[in-house]
Amino acid sequence: MKTRNQKAWFLVAPVVLLVAFNAVIPLMTVVNYSVQETFGDNLFFFEGMKWFEEVLSSERFHDSLIRQLKFTFIILAIQVPLGVAIALAMPRKGFWASVCLVLMAMPLLIPWNVVGAMWNIFALPDIGLLGKTLNAMGIDYNFTRQPFAAWATLIAMDVWHWTSLVVLLSYAGLSSIPDAYYQAARIDGASAWAVFRYIQLPKLKHVLTIAVLLRFMDSFNIYTEPFVLTGGGPGNTTTLLSLDLVKIALGQFDLGPAAAMSLVYFLIILLFSWIFYTVMTRGEDK
Amino acid sequence: MARIELQALRHSYRPDPVDDADYALKQVDLVWEDGGAYALLGPSGCGKTTLLNIISGLLCPSEGSILFDGVRVNDLSPEERRIAQVFQFPVVYDTMTVYDNLAFPLRNRGVPEKQIDTRVRAIAEMTDLTEMLGNKASGLTADGKQKISLGRGLVREDVNVIMFDEPLTVIDPHLKWKLRSKLKELHQRVRTTMIYVTHDQTEALTFADRVVVMHEGWVVQQGTPQELFERPRHTFVGHFIGSPGMNLMPCELADGGVSVDGHRIAVDRAIAPPKTGARLELGVRPEFVRFVDAHATDALPVDVIGVRDTGRNKIVETNFAGHKVRALVPEGISVPQGRAHVRFEIDRTQVYANGWIIE
Repeated sequence: MKTRNQKAWFLVAPVVLLVAFNAVIPLMTVVNYSVQETFGDNLFFFEGMKWFEEVLSSERFHDSLIRQLKFTFIILAIQVPLGVAIALAMPRKGFWASVCLVLMAMPLLIPWNVVGAMWNIFALPDIGLLGKTLNAMGIDYNFTRQPFAAWATLIAMDVWHWTSLVVLLSYAGLSSIPDAYYQAARIDGASAWAVFRYIQLPKLKHVLTIAVLLRFMDSFNIYTEPFVLTGGGPGNTTTLLSLDLVKIALGQFDLGPAAAMSLVYFLIILLFSWIFYTVMTRGEDK
Repeated sequence: MARIELQALRHSYRPDPVDDADYALKQVDLVWEDGGAYALLGPSGCGKTTLLNIISGLLCPSEGSILFDGVRVNDLSPEERRIAQVFQFPVVYDTMTVYDNLAFPLRNRGVPEKQIDTRVRAIAEMTDLTEMLGNKASGLTADGKQKISLGRGLVREDVNVIMFDEPLTVIDPHLKWKLRSKLKELHQRVRTTMIYVTHDQTEALTFADRVVVMHEGWVVQQGTPQELFERPRHTFVGHFIGSPGMNLMPCELADGGVSVDGHRIAVDRAIAPPKTGARLELGVRPEFVRFVDAHATDALPVDVIGVRDTGRNKIVETNFAGHKVRALVPEGISVPQGRAHVRFEIDRTQVYANGWIIE
């Protein structure tokens, strides 16, 4: 029999510790909170499923969830087609290809709260370039008072910030299509639309799956930019799930309901991601 | 259908070519007669694919013209030239069925569905795809996919020329042979000009009526397989075609013939003295080296070094005045050992100056 060397465990120990302290233990703490009532002086009482029932039947949660779904859906509906379109229009090689790539990468490199602050100032109706211009053109625009303006600004900001990610992924996908496909399509007399529909789109399927999943998860988790831009207002009209969650957890210090809500939130993201993934890879050979 | 003429064609992939080395195609003047089955043969990197893409219109040549039936088509697209092309690696439209893949070139041209159906079924029959017509193209094996590519190349009836760019690279050997015979058979039926690019001499010689041999951007010879074999116009053709290739050895002019290290060798024509400084070589194929009696006329002394049996023939390796000379001896004829004598068949012995034949 071989002698077994148990020392190998020491090599994985650092990772186990790291994961334990930054993922497993916090997550279990949240699970723990979600089934208890908290009072000051570290008093806890077991409450079972009470908070979950409360969260799931709460109108406030439903409203935030619907706002969140609406936001994510609009973001995806704009960013994916727009990102693919920009990637298609970008030059494939030469000096301008590099220039475009750098320009595209730029928004992704800006810290999120800076993006929020930038757009906040940009859109201010009295001093911002955008706000002032719109008002000067006779459009009554004030994102701090009008829900529609707030939504439009929020979406414009996210499109500006994140479309590049879809562009870069699609661009990489397009660059990997061999020339022979385009040559064959020319010989077959395919129109530009047919080339897109039957060559480019099918070849982009994999990167688009990744792009949609990433954009879905990120937009569903979005916090910093709307927090800085609108702070959830006017009223609650742009209070997305994560904003609401933080309000409950930190603003009101309701640890139990906040924990139950984050678990529900987490499960929703997991569920939607799984649905997206299953639908987009369906009918594929392993 | 068209007669295709290439006039003074040169192509460089660089924007500012200076000398010959910058050109992928150095100088090509060729005529492809209507309805011929041609092979374009040469090693990798000799310019075959460049030439093919120029004919099809995927590439615009740096210099020279392409004429279809006497009309210059340099500026016409592949669509307007009405050509079909099959590429080295399979190109299939993944999301379509096999049927839709085959129908694609016809649908793009607005052919009526009924006509498409007849045509697609006929082509599927020819390429053994009938049973898979309803399947998704993405699920097929590499050779299944290449059959679709071939099928798409063949499906249009109105083409001037069909070009194949090493189409059987990914196909199983036994299927290769079958598909090649199919193509040949098809050619005899439809009589569309076909140009078949390959680096495999067997493929070229079995498919084509005429073979065009390319080497480093030059067309070194165009001819029937027999001409290439019996009278290679360039030493490259001599050693590229034939197995084993032509024996080549340096020689100099001697009165009325040539001599190799003092051994006089007769040739069947008067050799005009070439430009001074030209490198002279004597070439003779192993098939035309015969063992003879020591007293026979033109007998040359050789030392037999080794014999390799290929089944049908024996390849005898000999040393002739320091040069390696191979002889092909049919099975059943005995091979001498040690010191022996050979004769080069006079009308199959060629002399080359700087690689090109002296006629």
